[in-house]
Amino acid sequence: MAYTEEELKKELETKEYEYGFYTDIDSETFPIGLSEEIVERISAKKNEPKWMTQWRLEAFRAWKKMDEPDWANVHYKKPDFQAISYYSAPLKKDKYESIDEVDPELLATFEKLGISLDEQKKLAGVAVDIVVDSVSVATTFKKTLGEKGIIFCSISEAIQDHPELVKKYIGSVIPVKDNFYAALNSAVFSDGSFCYIPKGVRCPMELSTYFRINQAGTGQFERTLVIADESSYVSYLEGCTAPSRDENQLHAAVVELVALDHSEIKYSTVQNWYPGGKDGVGGVYNFVTKRGICHTHSKISWTQVETGSAVTWKYPSCILKGDHSIGEFYSIALTNNYQQADTGTKMIHLGKNTKSTIISKGISAGKSQNSYRGLVQVHPRAINARNFSQCDSLLMGNDCGAHTFPYIEVRNNSAQIEHEATTSKIGEDQVFYCNQRGIDPEKAIALIVNGFSKEVLNKLPMEFAVEAQKLLEISLEGSVG
Amino acid sequence: MDFQEKLLASHIAFEEEIDLTDPIHQLRIDSLETFEAKGFPTRKDEDWKYTSLNTLIRKDYALFPKAETSIDLQKVKKYFLYEIDTYKVVFIDGVYSPFLSNTTHDGLDVCLMSAALTKSKYRDLINTYFNKIANQGDSLTCLNTSYTREGAYVYIPKETVAEKPIEIIHFSTGEEKSLWLQPRNLIVVDQNAQVQIIERHQSLKEHDVVTNSVTEIYAHQDALLDYYKIQNDLTSASLIDNTYISQDKNSNVKVHTFSLGGKLIRNNLNFYHKGEHCDSTLKGITILEEKQHVDHFTLVDHSQPNCESHQDYKGVFTGKSKGVFNGKIFVDRLAQKTNAFQQNNNILLDDKATVNTKPQLEIFADDVKCSHGCTVGQLDNDALFYLRSRGIPEKEAKALMTYAFANNVLESVEIPILKKRINLLIANKLGVNLGLGL
Repeated sequence: MAYTEEELKKELETKEYEYGFYTDIDSETFPIGLSEEIVERISAKKNEPKWMTQWRLEAFRAWKKMDEPDWANVHYKKPDFQAISYYSAPLKKDKYESIDEVDPELLATFEKLGISLDEQKKLAGVAVDIVVDSVSVATTFKKTLGEKGIIFCSISEAIQDHPELVKKYIGSVIPVKDNFYAALNSAVFSDGSFCYIPKGVRCPMELSTYFRINQAGTGQFERTLVIADESSYVSYLEGCTAPSRDENQLHAAVVELVALDHSEIKYSTVQNWYPGGKDGVGGVYNFVTKRGICHTHSKISWTQVETGSAVTWKYPSCILKGDHSIGEFYSIALTNNYQQADTGTKMIHLGKNTKSTIISKGISAGKSQNSYRGLVQVHPRAINARNFSQCDSLLMGNDCGAHTFPYIEVRNNSAQIEHEATTSKIGEDQVFYCNQRGIDPEKAIALIVNGFSKEVLNKLPMEFAVEAQKLLEISLEGSVG
Repeated sequence: MDFQEKLLASHIAFEEEIDLTDPIHQLRIDSLETFEAKGFPTRKDEDWKYTSLNTLIRKDYALFPKAETSIDLQKVKKYFLYEIDTYKVVFIDGVYSPFLSNTTHDGLDVCLMSAALTKSKYRDLINTYFNKIANQGDSLTCLNTSYTREGAYVYIPKETVAEKPIEIIHFSTGEEKSLWLQPRNLIVVDQNAQVQIIERHQSLKEHDVVTNSVTEIYAHQDALLDYYKIQNDLTSASLIDNTYISQDKNSNVKVHTFSLGGKLIRNNLNFYHKGEHCDSTLKGITILEEKQHVDHFTLVDHSQPNCESHQDYKGVFTGKSKGVFNGKIFVDRLAQKTNAFQQNNNILLDDKATVNTKPQLEIFADDVKCSHGCTVGQLDNDALFYLRSRGIPEKEAKALMTYAFANNVLESVEIPILKKRINLLIANKLGVNLGLGL
C-alpha cells in the first residue's frame, strides 16, 4: 500500500488547478494605489449619487486609521495595499441587453468554467449574476424574476435604480468601521450582487452569483446585499474561481443579509479561489466579512464549502435580534498543500427563544493549517437561547494542523449551550475495509471524507452538492492518511 | 504612584533584606526588567480577555509584612486536616511560622524556599530546577520571580513514598490593611517517588489580600503526584496561581482545584510533557456566588508520543458570579497516539451569572484522539419535579442535583478525610445537610 500512497501523493502534487486559465479580455484597469482620489474615481465611474461617494470616503478615512488584524491563526506576507489596482472591468460598450451581446471571449470563459449561460438559462432554472474582476457582466432571468417583484441585479445598478433600498440597508449589518477589510471594501467595492425579495414572495428559483478574478495585479472587492422582506424566502448561491498566478491576489468581500420578520435566507458558498501552487506560491488571500441579521421568527442559514484560497479569513455570522429567530452555520473547510484557513462563525443571541446550530467540518492535508474560530454569545435578555455546536477535524498526514478556538459567552441562566469537538485521522481499518471490497485507497478516502462531510453537503442545494462533492474529491486525491 | 511603579521602586528595599549572593539574584533582576517592560496583563491580552486585574491593581498594598504575627492554633485548627498526621509548611502573612509547621529533613525534604536558596547543599538543586519551566515571558510569573524569597520547598528522593500528605497553608491575618503576597514553591518528585500535597490560602478576617503565587513541579520518571488546591477564601481575598508542571516518562500527575470562595481567582495551570506515556489529570469544581470571579486557564502541552490527559471542570454559578474556563490542548507533530480529553460543564442558577468558556485544541499530529466538550445549562426541571414529588423540598432537591453534578470530580480524591472535608464544604456552600454522615 505504501507504493500506492507514494504514487497518489505524486499525482496529487501534480494535480493542476483546473480553473487556472487566464482569459485575454480587453479590460480597463485603474492605476495601482489607493487614495481618496481613487475612491472618488471609482464612485464617479459608477455614476453614483453623492451620498454613496460620501459613504465610501467615510469608510476610507476610517480604514486609514485601522490596523490589519493579526489575531487569526494564519501567517502570510501582508499585502501591500498601495500595489493593488482597485478597479478592473472588462471593457464594454454599454449595458448588455441580452446574452448575445456579451463579449464572446467572456462567454468562452464561462464555458470553460462549466457555466454555460444559455444552457443554464434554459435548463437549470437558476438565475445567475456574474462578476468578473470587479464588475458584474451578466445577469440572467431578470425578467422572470421581475414579474414577481424580485429585484436581482448588480449592486451598481441597484444604486442607480433602487437607491432608497440600498441607502436603507447598506452598512446596516456590517457598519463601515466594522473591521479593517470591511472598511476597505466599503471604500472601494466596485460591484457585487443585490437582491430584494418583496413581502410574502417565495423566490421560485435559486439565485446565484459567480465571481471570477481575471486580471493580474488587481484585487476583487465585491459587495453583496440580500434583503428578504417579511414572510419571504430566498436561496442564494455563490461560487468563485481565479487564474493561477505566482502573486497573491486579494479578495476582500462583504456580504450583508437582512432577514425581516418571518423570512428565510439560505446562503450557500462554494469557494474555490486559486489555492496557490503545491509549494505555496501564489494563491488568493480571501478576507471576507459576512453577516446576517435575523428579525422576529426569521431564519438565516449559511452553508459553505471552502476548498480554495491560500489564506482564508472568514466568519459568516448571524445576529439573532428578533425573538424566535434561527441561525445556522454548516461548513466544510478543506486545506491542502500550504493553504491556511481560519474560519468559523459568530452567533449573537439577543432575542428571546433564539436558536442556533453550528456544524463545522475541517479537513487538513499536506502542509496546511485549518482553524475553526467561533463565538456563541448569549446576552442577558436572550431568554431560552439554545445552541448546539459541533466541530470535527480530520487530519491527513503529519505535516498539517487542525485547531479549534471556540468562544462561548453566556450571560443568561436559561440558556442551553452544547459544544463538542473531535479530532481524528482516517482510520486505517476503514480504508482497509474498503480495499478489501475492491475500492482503491483513493476512492476509499473520497468515500470516507464524503461521509465525514455528509451533514454539511446535505444542506447544499442539489446542483451545488454535486459540484462540492466533486471538488472535495479533486482536492483530496492522494492524501492517504 | 500607582501600584506597578511601587512594585518596581520597592525592589531596592527588598534587596536590602535578602542575601544578594544567592544563586538566583541575577534572575530576580532580569525578571523585574521583564515585568517592567510588560506590566500587568490587561483585557487586551487574548489570555486575559475575560478577567480584569484593574480593580485589584488600582489599590495599594503593603509588600513587606511586619516581622511576625502569631496566631492561636485553636483558631486555625479547622483549616488543617487535623484528623490525620501531616507534614505542614505554614506561612502567616508570608512569613514562615515554625510554631504551626511540621517540616522534615528525614529521608525527604519538606522545608522552606528561603533555606533552599541560601544553603549551599541545595545549590545544585536550585540551579537545576529553579525557574526552569516557569514561563519566563509571563509578566506575573516574572513579578513573582523578582520578589522570590519564601515559599515551600519539597524534595522527594528516588524510590521514596511520602507517608504523610504535605499541607502548604498561607494565612493572612489582616494585621496589614492590605497585603500583596508572592510565595514561590518548588516541588521535585524524583524517580519512582510518590507524594500528596494540599495547598490552601486562607485569610482570617476581611481585608484586601492578593496572592500572586508561582509553583514549579517536577515529576520525574514513574513519579506519582497528587496535588489539591483548596480555594475557599473570604470574599476579600484574591489569588493568582501560576503552576507549572514538568512530567518525565511514565509519570502521573493529578491536580484538583476546588474553587469555592474568594473575590477573584485566576488559576494558570500548565502541564509540559517531557517523556512518553505521561498521564495528566486536571479536575476542578467551582461553586460561586455573589460577585465572585474564577478563571481557570489550563494548558496541556503534548510534545511527546503516547501520553494522555484528562480534564474535567464543573462549575455552578449563582448571584452575579462569573466563571471563565480557557483550556488549551496543544499536540506537537511528534506526539502521535496522544489521547487528550477535555470536558467543561457549567450550570447557571441565577440570571445575572455569567460563563465564558473557550476550550481550545491545537493539533499538529494526525494519529491522535482529541476531543473537548462543553455545556452551559440549568438543572433539569423534570428531575427537580421528580425529587419534589417525593417530598424533598426544593432547596434540598436543587442542592442534591448540584452535588450530583459535581460529584464525579470528587471521586478521584484519594485522601478520604479530604474528600469528606470537601463534601462538607460543598454542602455548606449549597446551604443544606446532604445527610452525608458528616
